[in-house]
Amino acid sequence: MSESAILETPLHALHVELGARMAPFAGYDMPIQYPDGVLAEHLHTRSHAGLFDVSHMGQALLEGADHASLAAFLETVCPADLVNLAPGRQRYTQLLNESGGIVDDLMVTRPPDAAGELRLVVNASRKAVDFALLRERLPKGVRLTPLDEAALIALQGPLSAATLVRLAPDERLEAAAFMSARPARVAGFETFVSRSGYTGEDGYEISLPAAQAEMFARVLLTQPGVAPIGLGARDSLRLEAGLCLYGHELDETVDPVEAALNWSIQKRRRVEGGFPGAERVRSALAEGPKRRRVGLRPDGRAPAREGTEILSSDGAPIGVVTSGGFGPSVGAPIAMGFVQRAYAAVGTPVRLVVRGKPLSARVVALPFRPHAYYRG
Amino acid sequence: MSQVRYTKDHEYIRIEGAEGVVGISEHAQQQLGDVVFAEAPPVGKMLKAGDPAAVVESVKAASDVFAPASGEVIAVNSEVEATPGLINEDALGRGWLFRIKLSDAAELAKLMNEAAYADYLKTLD
Repeated sequence: MSESAILETPLHALHVELGARMAPFAGYDMPIQYPDGVLAEHLHTRSHAGLFDVSHMGQALLEGADHASLAAFLETVCPADLVNLAPGRQRYTQLLNESGGIVDDLMVTRPPDAAGELRLVVNASRKAVDFALLRERLPKGVRLTPLDEAALIALQGPLSAATLVRLAPDERLEAAAFMSARPARVAGFETFVSRSGYTGEDGYEISLPAAQAEMFARVLLTQPGVAPIGLGARDSLRLEAGLCLYGHELDETVDPVEAALNWSIQKRRRVEGGFPGAERVRSALAEGPKRRRVGLRPDGRAPAREGTEILSSDGAPIGVVTSGGFGPSVGAPIAMGFVQRAYAAVGTPVRLVVRGKPLSARVVALPFRPHAYYRG
Repeated sequence: MSQVRYTKDHEYIRIEGAEGVVGISEHAQQQLGDVVFAEAPPVGKMLKAGDPAAVVESVKAASDVFAPASGEVIAVNSEVEATPGLINEDALGRGWLFRIKLSDAAELAKLMNEAAYADYLKTLD
């Protein structure tokens, strides 16, 4: 973390104008909620479309002679198969430390038309750590350039595709597959659009120059059914979608198998290894991890917050809640946490110690709400 | 004629003879946002002024509700436990949390009346 003054995104003035309640998050003064409130914003995103300012996240370009050399470099720090990442596709992966712990989770995108270029999106709170780690290891001929002058706007929810079709009828973004990405001209703005997000809904993440971000956001907000959504609802949406948040589910002690991110380690990498902590990850894959991220549903109505102790049904400590609250679309309290492997099976009864009382709960499958991604 | 007193922690107590009805203030419900969980203390519990007595939670956070005055809990609002959003709709009315039998009416003098509470709110950011 930098010790400098709090930062603002290119949409800061717009948030204030829209009546947002602002608060510091990862070094940025960010909108937590707008006047409608977290509950209404959450439900609006699930039923219509929400506009999220995620410009605080770290965007960067990795450039080199060709895709093979960039992918080979990133594979020395990430467990995903990036060599076989096709043009116009993106992949979710993690930066790992030497013991296989997660330094950060990130999206890696291969633009369709640029031969020696990958786009990275990392967490705001981890930018400095990530970029330092990458720079230390950059091979000759590979450059890392943070895109400090780029904004990132997410449009999420069932009306997202129709909204972009209206603004960019020729781009056929409604036909773009989940986890694909390409440049697109939207409402006259040159942008880079991926079909991805952090809500479990269909939607897009749109990168464009900071100087144009406010005008672009205003155009989106004039569209029917599009409302601004703050970080409060972003968190409840991602929790219902069973998605990890760095600093909560993920940190440098947690490996990707414990975090139930096995799906993000493709077969070739499992076989070949060659990433930091590969031994730990491969043994966790073969024998099961010591602890595992699970979904939790309290039987009652009391939410179990982050830090809540998890007990087995006979009272033994078996884990801790890493994110917890109320799921507005589920209509009940929901949580994620880590439990010892023996207690990770769906249906296992557990207790959550809330204000000193062990409340009954069950291990449930993630996500809490089915994903609505566009798979073509 | 009932009168309402407030604490610095934004609880209210509506005094009805020898009893008091406790909830969170209009300001508190606005700050908290959508309330999704409310838990009142058990009937029969003896509370001292300042004791954590009830809990209200929004989507994001949990807040303790402290007893504005000492006394025995003689009723709880089961309607608000089933429909916590009543606190947002009508904090001083249907959003009440619990009722106590006051054990020391002199304590009420330490609390703020409507006008003093309004002045107090102006001093907060």
